[in-house]
Amino acid sequence: MYLCAEIFAVMPNVHSVRNGLDLPILGAPEAIVDGHLSASVYAVRPSDFRGLAPKLAVKEGDRVLAGDILFTDKVNPQIAVASPVSGEVARIERGDKRKILAVVVLADAQTSYRSVPAGTPANREDAIQWLLSAGAWSLIEARPYGRIANPSSQPKAVFVNAMATQPLAVAPAVALAGREEDFAKGLQVVSLLSPRTVLSISANETSAALTKASGVEIHQFKGPHPAGTTSVHINRISPLNKGEVVWTLNYQDVVVIGHLARTGNLKLERVVSLCGTGIAKPRAITAVAGAHLETFLSAEMKTGAYRVVSGSVLTGANVGKAGYLGYYASQITVLPEGQGTDFFGWVIPSFGKWSISRTLFSWLTPSKKYDLNTKQHGEDRAFVVTGVYDKVFPLDILPMPLIKAMWAKDLEKMEQLGAYEVVPEDFALCEVVCPSKQELQKLAEEAIDLLYTEMN
Amino acid sequence: MKLFQNLFDATRPAVTTGKLKGLYPLHNALETMFFVPNHNAHSGAHVRDAIDMKRTMITVIFALVPALLFGMFNAGYQHYKALGLLVEGDLLAQFFTVSNFLFGALRILPMITVTYIAGLSIEIYFAYRNKHAVNEGFLVSGILIPLIMPIDIPLWMVAVSTAFAVLFGKEVFGGTGMNVLNPALTARAFAFFAYPTYMSGDKIWINTTAEQGAQLVDGYSGATALGQLATTGQTSYSAWDAFWGFVPGSIGETSTFAILLGAGFLIYTGVGSWKIMLSTVLGGLAMGLVFNGVADSMEPGAMQSYMSLPFYQHLMFGGFAFGAVFMATDPVSAAHTERGKWIYGFLVGVLSILIRVFNPAYPEGVMLAILLMNVFAPLIDHYVVEANISKRLKRLKLQQS
Repeated sequence: MYLCAEIFAVMPNVHSVRNGLDLPILGAPEAIVDGHLSASVYAVRPSDFRGLAPKLAVKEGDRVLAGDILFTDKVNPQIAVASPVSGEVARIERGDKRKILAVVVLADAQTSYRSVPAGTPANREDAIQWLLSAGAWSLIEARPYGRIANPSSQPKAVFVNAMATQPLAVAPAVALAGREEDFAKGLQVVSLLSPRTVLSISANETSAALTKASGVEIHQFKGPHPAGTTSVHINRISPLNKGEVVWTLNYQDVVVIGHLARTGNLKLERVVSLCGTGIAKPRAITAVAGAHLETFLSAEMKTGAYRVVSGSVLTGANVGKAGYLGYYASQITVLPEGQGTDFFGWVIPSFGKWSISRTLFSWLTPSKKYDLNTKQHGEDRAFVVTGVYDKVFPLDILPMPLIKAMWAKDLEKMEQLGAYEVVPEDFALCEVVCPSKQELQKLAEEAIDLLYTEMN
Repeated sequence: MKLFQNLFDATRPAVTTGKLKGLYPLHNALETMFFVPNHNAHSGAHVRDAIDMKRTMITVIFALVPALLFGMFNAGYQHYKALGLLVEGDLLAQFFTVSNFLFGALRILPMITVTYIAGLSIEIYFAYRNKHAVNEGFLVSGILIPLIMPIDIPLWMVAVSTAFAVLFGKEVFGGTGMNVLNPALTARAFAFFAYPTYMSGDKIWINTTAEQGAQLVDGYSGATALGQLATTGQTSYSAWDAFWGFVPGSIGETSTFAILLGAGFLIYTGVGSWKIMLSTVLGGLAMGLVFNGVADSMEPGAMQSYMSLPFYQHLMFGGFAFGAVFMATDPVSAAHTERGKWIYGFLVGVLSILIRVFNPAYPEGVMLAILLMNVFAPLIDHYVVEANISKRLKRLKLQQS
């Protein structure tokens, strides 16, 4: 096994992805990590965890350490979400029907951790128990359905994604600089979890921590986004069949696990891309999950009407300037809100607009980047044009038939057409290019959730 | 701009809450035509492509402009030629004249207007009835329908055919995006079978209303190239004339060159499917080649002569080019899957030439071929989708064994 991995490390498998799209958007971050998002308030929102029904483990006024459990899943209490910081639980924000929206923690000036024993676990069972006890289990996602993994499931493989092809992301080499040791240690732990551990990296990756990673099967991917998404990696390397499970991790979460193994502290800190044209100086920063954004962004944002997104422009959540960084987010994108109507905007030629089709003039300047705003550029319409999604959808799945099956809530057809192999984020590019302005991620999310409910 | 915005703002209360509630879809359609609304992405991806249905549809209309303008000139040209009233000079000087254009425009623009009024009023009614916005699909159909009609068809027939196509070709299936048949071809097929004397034969392709005491020239025949081929196996028109379009026929179909300009535009903008266009042409060529191959072993006669028409000339005569570029590519009624598009287009091409040559009652096979393949497109898609499903199942079985 080890020998095998060595051979893979010498002769990596290279996969090219042809269909896809690198969004020509301005506001890319400079490739340096400069600054830290310090906040005095942090919040963990259950909506960041797909399908999780929260059961509170704390109440208002409780003191928590970083790594203490804030809430667990009602259905599977083993699945728990830990506090990223130490401090006092200031309030539980609730919405309609007392639904828990956020657990807000007033952070201490200096984070204290609830430590677990440092060191690498001996075997799979130990590793799982150790991750669970440290509150780090929420970092491991499972496919199908794209939810936090069930610790008792038996994955056929673990996929570690060390790529970032989404718009305005920070290159993994930048984010990993100085954290190589933690990453290597994290990989050691992660590779205990299943018989096969796949590390996906970019074909022109420069970081030796990735290209020379040991104990894992390295696959290289090249091509436009979504070449760097886990769905593409799984689809190319070992497509998911009905009944199979794989676990997936992002490379930054491997760093968190490695740090945990080295120090015993769950430090939910990531390198975050502070990007978009609404940011005065786009760059990478470090930030702890759940940080309150307002104070920090006030100093970083330009004045004007901007949308603050926790995550990328494709899949992130519109959290607002007064919002919180998502639990898994590695991007804060600030982009202009669309303003006003366009007089005959559907026919008047305009050089400032971007389209993947050649119906506008953006094709004349293929390398030009645009200050893209949130405008929908049209209204919701029936599906008419075909073949548009295929251009940006590289999975071995027919996007339109699957979307229609999802629309019709035809579970059998969904299953047959590959619904187990996708997560809603895979439809983000289809949504961007859709001339009928269909809300595909929302549609896919509802359909996949329904599939989960019916199958479990 | 401000003026229009004020106008829409001022009239909005009347159509949203006031007495004119029924006109809301019309108001909305007009307002969104003047101003792309300030809707921002509210779920999912935060940025969107600048293309929308309106821009998609207007792109197709732009692609139709060369064929439309050429059709206007040609209507006049054929008219004056039949009456022997052409000015002296070479062909181009005779063709591109103001009087030719005016003659055509004065007959074609009313057809377009009537089509839009008939079609859009039904669309707006259904938008009101089913509480949705007016879809843009008919913007293209409204130009396509006149372009595939003969110049002399009465306007009321255009209106009735359009109404039939919109009602029974589209709305009964659930409106735009749900139709099985191409609406424009449904209109033509309706006219073709309901009013055959106005839609086929030798008398209808050229307007021969006498004027200034002029009379039809000696030896005048109003037959189209395909009409001649179907009866005699020979045509008096050269392939070049047919390519440039100086021949009688439905308004927009005659000039393969003008259609090619549109095809180039559609393919370049990415709005029309090059796969369908190419595979239709390949299918047509393949069938033409087959006919050429077997023609030698046939008994001499009109059929044998027709079958030995050089295979590539089939692309230039009749409505083949127009059908391949503007009709077969209708994304709703064509195959939806990329692989399916190849099969669909190829069969459209094969059937067009097959019907054309074998069935003298229908000198033009393209319309029927496309309508037939529209019906089969879901079946083609079904098999393409099944192939993807069985690939997945095979993978599952492999893993289980």
